[in-house]
Amino acid sequence: MAEASYVTFLVGLLAATLRVATPLLYATIGEVYSERSGVLNLGIEGIMFLGAFVGFAAAARAYAGGWPAYLWVGLAAAMLAGALMGLLMALLTVTWGLNQHVSGLGITLLCTGLSLFGFRLVFGESAVLPRIPPFSQLDPLAGVPILGPIVSQYLLTYIAFGLLVPLAAWVLYRTNFGLQVRAVGENPEAADAAGIAVFRIRYAAVVGGAVLMAVGGAFLSLAQLGAFSPGIIAGRGWVCIALVIFARWDPVRAMAGALLFGGVFALQLRLQTQGFSLPYEILLALPYLITILALALAGRHAPYPGAYLKPYRRE
Amino acid sequence: MILKLERRPAPVWVRPLLPLLAVVITFGLTSTLVLLVGANPLAAYYHFLVEPLSGRVSALEVLVKATPLLLTGAAVTFAFAGGFWNIGAEGQFLAGATAATAIGLQMQGVPPVVALPLMVVGGFAAGMAWVAVPALMKTKLAIDEVVTTLLLNSVALLAVSALLNGPWRDPISQWPQSPEIAATAILPKLIPRSRLHLGFVLAVLVIVAVGFVLGRTTFGLRLRAVGLEPEAARFAGIRVERTLLLTALVSGGIAGLAGMVEVAGIHYHLIEAISGGHGYTGILIATLGGLNAWGALAAALFIGLIDTGSQTVSRALGVPIYLGEVIQATLLLVTLAVLPLQNYRLRWARRQGDG
Repeated sequence: MAEASYVTFLVGLLAATLRVATPLLYATIGEVYSERSGVLNLGIEGIMFLGAFVGFAAAARAYAGGWPAYLWVGLAAAMLAGALMGLLMALLTVTWGLNQHVSGLGITLLCTGLSLFGFRLVFGESAVLPRIPPFSQLDPLAGVPILGPIVSQYLLTYIAFGLLVPLAAWVLYRTNFGLQVRAVGENPEAADAAGIAVFRIRYAAVVGGAVLMAVGGAFLSLAQLGAFSPGIIAGRGWVCIALVIFARWDPVRAMAGALLFGGVFALQLRLQTQGFSLPYEILLALPYLITILALALAGRHAPYPGAYLKPYRRE
Repeated sequence: MILKLERRPAPVWVRPLLPLLAVVITFGLTSTLVLLVGANPLAAYYHFLVEPLSGRVSALEVLVKATPLLLTGAAVTFAFAGGFWNIGAEGQFLAGATAATAIGLQMQGVPPVVALPLMVVGGFAAGMAWVAVPALMKTKLAIDEVVTTLLLNSVALLAVSALLNGPWRDPISQWPQSPEIAATAILPKLIPRSRLHLGFVLAVLVIVAVGFVLGRTTFGLRLRAVGLEPEAARFAGIRVERTLLLTALVSGGIAGLAGMVEVAGIHYHLIEAISGGHGYTGILIATLGGLNAWGALAAALFIGLIDTGSQTVSRALGVPIYLGEVIQATLLLVTLAVLPLQNYRLRWARRQGDG
């Protein structure tokens, strides 16, 4: 390859990394909040799927109705759907104190079934995949070499990196609410004794987290694809579960992790299209293997939230 | 007089009724979706539950669908009863299916009496190997197994995909599916002109064995003690880590066996969709069965019925086939919510101020 094409390759890779990392980042931050409050939400895969479907279905309806802001209608609908599923998850695991991993997997199965059912209901069995014009990318530095194509991204990507991560970190570490989230996830008994409303804080963290997961899913259908397909999430939720551990339950490290994993995916896609014979599955499996390795190395010192997986019951 | 809930174990006869209650609630909730399509819920549930049993072919199909579920259900029941939260039956299933395919491809000219036991052992061993890392991390390093077993599901699926897009890609069709296994490595049919195969018998034997081990052996007693209260079990002199490790390995092995049975009994080659969630359905079956082998047996047959029924109902009433998935997921959540009622009793109590 000539030097110029290396540059094009790298620029394209960087731009793609930011795009691929965006849905991971939303959902991972959502999961960080949920787990920091003591609730492992394995519904993440399904909630992302539901967000992608509901976002697309609502946007398609609004588009057909001639609404100019149809994509935002879709995003709002996806957030609402995520909130409802978060409420269900919180009802099961916080109020009723049921087994978190079985509840979460149940929610994933439910969201998957409901989305596929709903897709048939709304769009019928047409052979052509319904499409809508997706969000367009902002291009603030149009014409500038190298930097221009890298910062040509969706607004949702700008929000994720520029707003969500600093905000999530600030809220978690610098506000009263964040302190309460960490307290109920670390030691709910002590938090309760200190007058913190354990159940209410956990509800807020789980529901808010689920909204972010749904946004992550909706980004894929509303920005990246402008369509919905059964393989749209394809395990991204499980990647986020790995990312949370990799990031040691920290929003800023979650961003670093999302960029790293996003970079691996983007690289994999590029190598595939350039016809490299390396099995791309090896690259795709890396995030999982790295996380398991990181856990094994951290061993007993892995900084799980103290009340992780433990329901709280008031005696 | 008012009805009061008391925190006291419910009478024994209530326990088997709770899953039934869950089924009724689930059908009530999901009938809203049937109404949404414009179909009659009663007709839908007739097609779901009765229609498949009325014909020979579809009744046998229920057993065919139940076969892998009996095994994944047994695997998860065994693990959960012993306090090992194995979310990875899906990955262990794929590992077993891959090993069975690898062995089956080499069995040209080997008689079935040799080939089939080899594949059973291979499938079981592969499932054990796939759960070994999370199991050792749990017992040696005290690392929670939920996430590690879950993440290895994705790795297993990627490994299968790499095999099918690489060395095992069908040389003729170029589809991502393996070549067919040898004819002698195929599980024989139980009934001609049906898909029911010897794997069903194997699955029932395994679930009976699990029931026997859990209920009638010292190991089963130790396993359940560890599952209930590991610290108390340790205090009673049970080697908790060893018990957990064995529990996990057997569970993984049974899930691997499920993969072997699907390859050798139904598909005869490996495809990416070979499992399609049977491992996760195992969690539903174990939960619905109350972490009891006999309960899991009934639950697997019932889910087999729902799986078959979702096809009948879709054909008859035009309800999207995914209704079956929604019903299964709802049933899982409702069962989970209803089962704790076995710790409560209803009691008539005098209202404050009543004479």
